[in-house]
Amino acid sequence: MNELVFFANKVVISGFAIGSVYAMGAIGVTLVFAILRFAHFAHGDLMTVGAFFAYALTVLFPTAGASLGLPTGFVMLPLAMAMTALFAMALDRLFYRKLRANGVKPVVMVMASIGVALMLQGLVRLFAGTASRSFFIAEHKEIFRIALPIEGITRKLVITEPQILLVVFSVLVVTVLHFFLTRSRFGKAMRAMSDNADLARVSGINTQTVVMMTWVISGALAAAAGVLLSLDVSLKPDMSFNLLLPIFAAAIVGGVGSPFGAIAGAYMVGFAETLAVFNWSVLLRPLAGWLPAWIEIPVKLAFVPTEYKLTVPFFILVVVLIWRPTGMFRGKVL
Amino acid sequence: MTTRLDRRQFILFASLLLLIVLVFAGMGSAYAVRMLVEASCFAVIALGLTIQWGYAGLFNAGVMGFIALGGYMAVLFSYPVNAAFWNSQGPAALLGVAGRLLLGIVSIVLLRQVHRIGVGRHWRNVLLTLAVIATYLTFLTAINPAADLIEGQAGFIGGLGLPVGLGWLMGGLAAAAVGYWIGRICLGLRSDYLAIATLGIAEIIKAFLKNADWLTHGTLTVSPLPWPVPTPGEIGFVGARSAFLALMVVLIAVIYMLLQRAYQSPWGRIIRAIRDNETAAAAMGKDVNRRRLQIFVLGSLLMGIGGAALVSFSRIFDPSGFIPLHHTFLLWVMVILGGAGNNLGTLFGAVLVYIIWVMSEPATLLVFDFIRETGSQWFDWVAPADLDSRALQMRVFIIGLTITLVLRFAPKGVIPEEVVRH
Repeated sequence: MNELVFFANKVVISGFAIGSVYAMGAIGVTLVFAILRFAHFAHGDLMTVGAFFAYALTVLFPTAGASLGLPTGFVMLPLAMAMTALFAMALDRLFYRKLRANGVKPVVMVMASIGVALMLQGLVRLFAGTASRSFFIAEHKEIFRIALPIEGITRKLVITEPQILLVVFSVLVVTVLHFFLTRSRFGKAMRAMSDNADLARVSGINTQTVVMMTWVISGALAAAAGVLLSLDVSLKPDMSFNLLLPIFAAAIVGGVGSPFGAIAGAYMVGFAETLAVFNWSVLLRPLAGWLPAWIEIPVKLAFVPTEYKLTVPFFILVVVLIWRPTGMFRGKVL
Repeated sequence: MTTRLDRRQFILFASLLLLIVLVFAGMGSAYAVRMLVEASCFAVIALGLTIQWGYAGLFNAGVMGFIALGGYMAVLFSYPVNAAFWNSQGPAALLGVAGRLLLGIVSIVLLRQVHRIGVGRHWRNVLLTLAVIATYLTFLTAINPAADLIEGQAGFIGGLGLPVGLGWLMGGLAAAAVGYWIGRICLGLRSDYLAIATLGIAEIIKAFLKNADWLTHGTLTVSPLPWPVPTPGEIGFVGARSAFLALMVVLIAVIYMLLQRAYQSPWGRIIRAIRDNETAAAAMGKDVNRRRLQIFVLGSLLMGIGGAALVSFSRIFDPSGFIPLHHTFLLWVMVILGGAGNNLGTLFGAVLVYIIWVMSEPATLLVFDFIRETGSQWFDWVAPADLDSRALQMRVFIIGLTITLVLRFAPKGVIPEEVVRH
């Protein structure tokens, strides 16, 4: 039974945590994809920038969290989200709007977003260096070790405070987003524009506002994902590059333009990653007594070695592109 | 009109020449020739990218992967034979792994036909999936002991000791094969998907080359790689590098002439028609995806050859040395700045951007030294200890800024594509 707890620690909890991060990133990507019609490659760096906003605030007020009993980085999250939302709007104004007005092909926008991504990377590293940092300056990361009340289990369920916050926060965000998209006028306008931009324009929807709204939402979510991920692990200036592929895979698996598809896709990618790198020998070893003698359980039996973790989202992406380019939830094929 | 354009080109190339002369004067000829050889390798890769992006509008965000693969093929074919490997049990172990893999592949191929003997399609798919998983797991469990054996007994498998030119060709072919595979999957869809997929495949190729120690020596690196011309040890730095440069110039001239001919041929017209108006081209009965696949494979081929030449020239194969900024985005800057779709412009952009890139390192450090000095003198600012490494990150910023600015203000580049009217 200890092995099952190990499994829960390694796969279920981490899968949920990383899946939530991917979900918040993928919603932003899928919204930009649906409304502005291009794959926004700077999204990973938007996450990094958001995380650094929160980090800067944490450095300025290192004890702000103690009074609330939460990590300071988390307390600063709303502020960082607002700042990143503004930042995303500024990026659009500076770099994307003119290109859009010139009516360039979507793929030129993709390239411009790569340019923006590089600029953000350069800026982050110029101001913060390349070392990884911890958000916990004046406090320490709370780690809960829960002993399960079942006989024979000695291994404890390990869950960290940031992981709990991560899952709770993402559920909250998704609920709010659901009501926003289905009930509010802005949400309806966004969906209308994602269905048909020209039709939306002639029916009197202010497309400029919708575009800005898209950037606000995706910027805020990117900041949340970046902050919560770096609370859980650590703040690395180059984390964006490893996040980009899983997030795009999640958005495409879920069907471009469908936020709920993106969430499902994100958890799918997250769990696929943790399942693929999990060492299955751990679960098989207790069964050794029942297995025939000629089957030898190897020391390490993972579907994918950890170094090749990136192949998992890539493989999922390729499979989806071959068999179902619309994604699981019938999104668009742009 | 034509004369004015020509004069403009003349001025551009004259200034480029002046820049090269300045580098020769300032840094010495050994350094300058090395820079030119590297620039010419990048030029071959940039030609590959310009036909993908400029001719056909295909977005390849993973040039690095094709370069790395081409580079590894150069190692595999041209590096001297590793006798320790061939005398060990390594080849037998590898043969065993290959045998299992072959068995798995044969069974998968046979299972694909199983519906002919009355098994339902649904069951066929279930069987196929199981067979693929079983093959994969067998391969995975078999390759690790073999890899450990090789690493323990011989380090890595070494090369085949064949001529360097063959290695370059195989590098091109391997890159083309990957391009074919990825193109088959993504080219029917919008270009964004191709960008995402190539970005992924590049990182995967790099991860593989870095971690498959038995095959590539991984992070332990392989050196010295042989040259197709006499090496510096034999005839001195300047002479050897000049010989290499001459070889590259001939290679570029051949590729350039072939590409110019292709561009003006009916085939080139179809490609541009597809790029400019896909729907119209399809309505005219052109097979859009097939043409795109052709061009993507051709571009990948050139990238593989260029990558192989680049790695051969550096004499060391280090998989961690491939970084997206240097091997993907720098090439993008070369192509869009020089003029996408114009081969001459691309060559111009490649040489110019590479010189600027190489020179930017000392220049950035100089600027930041100045900032540090003034900062500490006037404002008592204590610079962080890693300012130099941070300063070099500014080059990332500059590359990004150049991409966005060029797209915005000079989308056609400095030597725009000349649209041929017939």
